[in-house]
Amino acid sequence: MPNALEVISPGLLSLIEDLGRVGFGRQGVGRSGAFDRASHRQAQQLVGNDDAAAGIEVLLGGVSFRLTSDAAVATTGARVELNINGQTITQDRAHVVRAGQVVSLGRCTNGLRSYVAVAGGLDVDATLASRSTDLLSELGPPALKAGDRIPIGIPGIAPNFEWSQGGGTHVPSHIDRRAKSHDPCTLRVIVGPRDDWFRFGALTEFLDGLYVVDPASNRIAVRLRGPEISRTEYRELPSEPTIPGAIQIPPNGLPLIFGPDAPVTGGYPVIAVVVDDDLDLLAQCRPGQAIRFEPLS
Amino acid sequence: MTLGESGLAVHRYGERAFLVDCANSAVDDALNWLAAIDAYDASRQLQSRPGASTVLVQFDPATTDADELERALEQLAPIAYDQPTTQSVIYVPVVYDGDDLSDVASIAGLSAEEVIAAHTRATYTVAFVGFSPGFAYLRGLNPRLVVSRLASPRQRVPPGAVAIADQWAGIYPRPSPGGWRLLGHTSLKVWDEQREGSALLSPGTKVRFVDASSDAADA
Repeated sequence: MPNALEVISPGLLSLIEDLGRVGFGRQGVGRSGAFDRASHRQAQQLVGNDDAAAGIEVLLGGVSFRLTSDAAVATTGARVELNINGQTITQDRAHVVRAGQVVSLGRCTNGLRSYVAVAGGLDVDATLASRSTDLLSELGPPALKAGDRIPIGIPGIAPNFEWSQGGGTHVPSHIDRRAKSHDPCTLRVIVGPRDDWFRFGALTEFLDGLYVVDPASNRIAVRLRGPEISRTEYRELPSEPTIPGAIQIPPNGLPLIFGPDAPVTGGYPVIAVVVDDDLDLLAQCRPGQAIRFEPLS
Repeated sequence: MTLGESGLAVHRYGERAFLVDCANSAVDDALNWLAAIDAYDASRQLQSRPGASTVLVQFDPATTDADELERALEQLAPIAYDQPTTQSVIYVPVVYDGDDLSDVASIAGLSAEEVIAAHTRATYTVAFVGFSPGFAYLRGLNPRLVVSRLASPRQRVPPGAVAIADQWAGIYPRPSPGGWRLLGHTSLKVWDEQREGSALLSPGTKVRFVDASSDAADA
């Protein structure tokens, strides 16, 4: 019988994500996929999966599950109190989890989104070539709930067991590498395409401004509080294509950064676009986290 | 931003994309520029998709040189996309029983029958797909039917609702909130994620609406 992951507690929000949907933009379908792709990739690689395998994106810890067969498991991304059957274990390593043992991601101590990978990958049906849940488009599997049995695929190459023995080099997560969580998170941006829609000096205010992540943020958009950016152009912008990382300025002047489940078109001017790799950092910014922007030429 | 000879503006859009804006070009229909980009990108290394008067061109910096792509985009010449001989038309049967039909008629100063006639007489082109999967923005609405969006959007518009707003016509692919004015409904499935080619309508597709109200009454 194939292996399965049984959800005991799904926490606040646990979603199945892979690297998302590419190539369906003309049909109105966005990328979706793991918000922090570096952590997703790291987790999949630790258990010997392809980067594109599906895992679980966990919001603020509080998740427990068991497997029906033995398999390697790794968690990366946001720091959680992690244990197997009550025994504390280390993140960013593969561990062998025996059938029936309870894996628990407890309190989240740093960051926002943790990534769980199981050797073989989560083998739910793909929709448009991806197993990712897109909260805006309502594509892919629903959020995990208690009692769910998620099928697990056949592991391909052997997981890197030297990790599981506690040996090998610990691969530091970008969460650890970052400065203290109360320091501002710096996101690199490329200015434009619609920076000329704002009054003189607005771009400088935006780039010099210190923003804070608003609680009304999710995978669709991260909303910011801080200096309001005023426009000079008040005509409507004809709907134009958008991508994750685009920073829109709606009429209230407060920037919002598109996440992986963002709409594929938007009607508010985009003042700058976050560098792709820095979306991994944004994914880990909790409400209240300070953010500033650094322009790349 | 750089301006090509044709009045086309090429903007940087993050580190992996350019936004081609044809709003101030002599050829301001983005589909002509999308066709030109597709011709340039014959081996489909890029991910390109249109907006109302723009085309976003995404590239992988590992395989595409950004400066070279930017120069190529600046030198694009538009290509006609709608060759009548190769274009098929998708006919959409509509039962004109929408909740906003009489409001649209009174705003436009027309009778409901005249609204239906104006809506069915035009041939539309899918300009772009946005808002939600499979939601096609149809260009070609009779100017007399140009009405604003609802002041407060509906919480739930049923799938298959046939609607108009501003200069656009459209069909709601799935249940969703929506601020467009509802003229009627169709049984045609414009979105089916289990179907190969999930979105029935994609950029460049021609669409006509057919009055099926009497068929429904007969049934």
